[in-house]
Amino acid sequence: MEGKRGWGFYVLGAVFALFVLFLYGPIVTIGILSFQGPEGGLTFPMRGWSTHWFFDLFEQQAVGDFWGAFYRSVTLGLMVMVTTVVVSVMAGLAFRRRFFGASWLFYLTVASLIIPSILVSLGVGLMFNIAGIDVHWSTSGFGSQLTWTLPFGLLIMFAVFNRFDKSYEEAARDLGASPWQTVRHVVLPIIGPSLIGVALFGFTLSYDEFARTLLTAGSYNTLPLEIFGMTTNVTTPVLYALGTMTTVFSFLIIGGALGGVALMRRRRSRAPSDAGRGMV
Amino acid sequence: MSDTPMEAAPFAEKAPDAPVRVLSEGLASWLLVSPLAILLAIFLVIPISVIVTVSFWGYNEWDFYPDFTFENYEYLLTSAVTFDTYVKTFSYVLMAWAFTAAIGFAVAYFLAFHVRSTVWQVALFLVCTVPFWTSNIIRMISWIPFLGRNGLANEVLLQAGLIETPLEFLLFSDFAVVLAFVHLYTLFMVVPIFNSMMRIDRSLIEAARDNGASPFQILTNVILPLSKPGLMIGSIFVVTLVMGDFITVRFMSGSQSASVGRIIQNEIALLQYPAAAASAVVLLITVLIMIAVMLRLVDIRKEL
Repeated sequence: MEGKRGWGFYVLGAVFALFVLFLYGPIVTIGILSFQGPEGGLTFPMRGWSTHWFFDLFEQQAVGDFWGAFYRSVTLGLMVMVTTVVVSVMAGLAFRRRFFGASWLFYLTVASLIIPSILVSLGVGLMFNIAGIDVHWSTSGFGSQLTWTLPFGLLIMFAVFNRFDKSYEEAARDLGASPWQTVRHVVLPIIGPSLIGVALFGFTLSYDEFARTLLTAGSYNTLPLEIFGMTTNVTTPVLYALGTMTTVFSFLIIGGALGGVALMRRRRSRAPSDAGRGMV
Repeated sequence: MSDTPMEAAPFAEKAPDAPVRVLSEGLASWLLVSPLAILLAIFLVIPISVIVTVSFWGYNEWDFYPDFTFENYEYLLTSAVTFDTYVKTFSYVLMAWAFTAAIGFAVAYFLAFHVRSTVWQVALFLVCTVPFWTSNIIRMISWIPFLGRNGLANEVLLQAGLIETPLEFLLFSDFAVVLAFVHLYTLFMVVPIFNSMMRIDRSLIEAARDNGASPFQILTNVILPLSKPGLMIGSIFVVTLVMGDFITVRFMSGSQSASVGRIIQNEIALLQYPAAAASAVVLLITVLIMIAVMLRLVDIRKEL
């Protein structure tokens, strides 16, 4: 692999470039098309440029309850994010030791990831139906989404703890720290940047979740359900404006999370040691 | 992740006051995993058990009721529609798998072996994974301006003189369905394959080269076998996602193609819950068999 680039590099480089174009091309296209003039349609050519379709997002009749759905999706995303981080960290700490039923719980978590989403959706919907409880995005929807985000959270925690240098913990214990002090002042600060990653997964996977929420959201739609409903009856570029808005929102979240990780890493490598702060 | 979590028990063996310590540690572990266990019990184990139970229930036009009947399964397993739908779904799985595996392998190979600086590696890897955190529905919608009758693809082909009338099969067709699957799910291949490739000891490749292996031989005899676990994890993702899909098939085929997931969704829409439950159980068993076969081929436990 050293030395001069072979022809393989250029061929695979071209494949990679095409792949990136394939990934991002369509989303860039609807970004452009969402600035269609008021007379424009769903495809090229552009009939002038305007922000007409973005203003349409604020009109009830054009997009239904878009802002309500957005509010619900963000709220649900935050709920799922906090739960995913807390539950994954706790379980990640526990899985470092052998305990009764560990393998079963591990397999159950993996099963949660690979069971087709429609089964979770149907099962949770039926369970609430039979129990006589109305499905609602903040109860049944919230639980169904956790079956998708928790496995990702736990697998990330496994990766984190497998790279974790346990001598820090031993040192803390040798110096007389209680288990809680060890976790609070040694373990959590070290794994901090990875927690941002878990939070990113928790929020975005919930914010974009469709299949598991479909039968469990009840009468108030989350944003992806609302958008899907629109695809059948909205035939104007307002659909693209909506797509562009949500994608920009997702990019802001991702950018914020990645920026946060980079910042924490940089501060850590620069800042002086805060050893002993846990004592005062 | 070098070891299965269950086998990594660093504290148990060196606890000085063993009996008391181990007991309380066991209890502590249980308290720590209890939220996970409870959430999965309520929102996964019970719901799946409910589906299995309801699949034996009866139903009429307006309601479903407790019963113990095999009618739902009998109807399902003797219907020609079921068979055709499964064949159709398997064909989607096969095509989506072949394309995502080939593209995913090439992309991961480029990232792992051709990109030399770590910064670039991380940056390009992130470029590949960012779409995973954006909406699948939007990503499907974004194909409309490309594939439609007046879309970009037809425009370009018409202007280049390659075709005389716009191609009709681009949008709302099987072609569009498979394209969308590849678009949505290739990252599920790239990430685990890249992860496997990054762990390959570079000295193995050098040893192969020193012993006179050609680049192609290195690829087929060293890199491919060692990337297999990642390939298998990616395959499990793609196979299960495509097997259970109903939304991509519905949207990209313009409601013209069937899939197992869509059958279940239609039965749910008609409020035939016991029928939907039976279909769901058969789907689950099919998926589990497919995973079991794949796990036979490669031991992925080594990856975790």
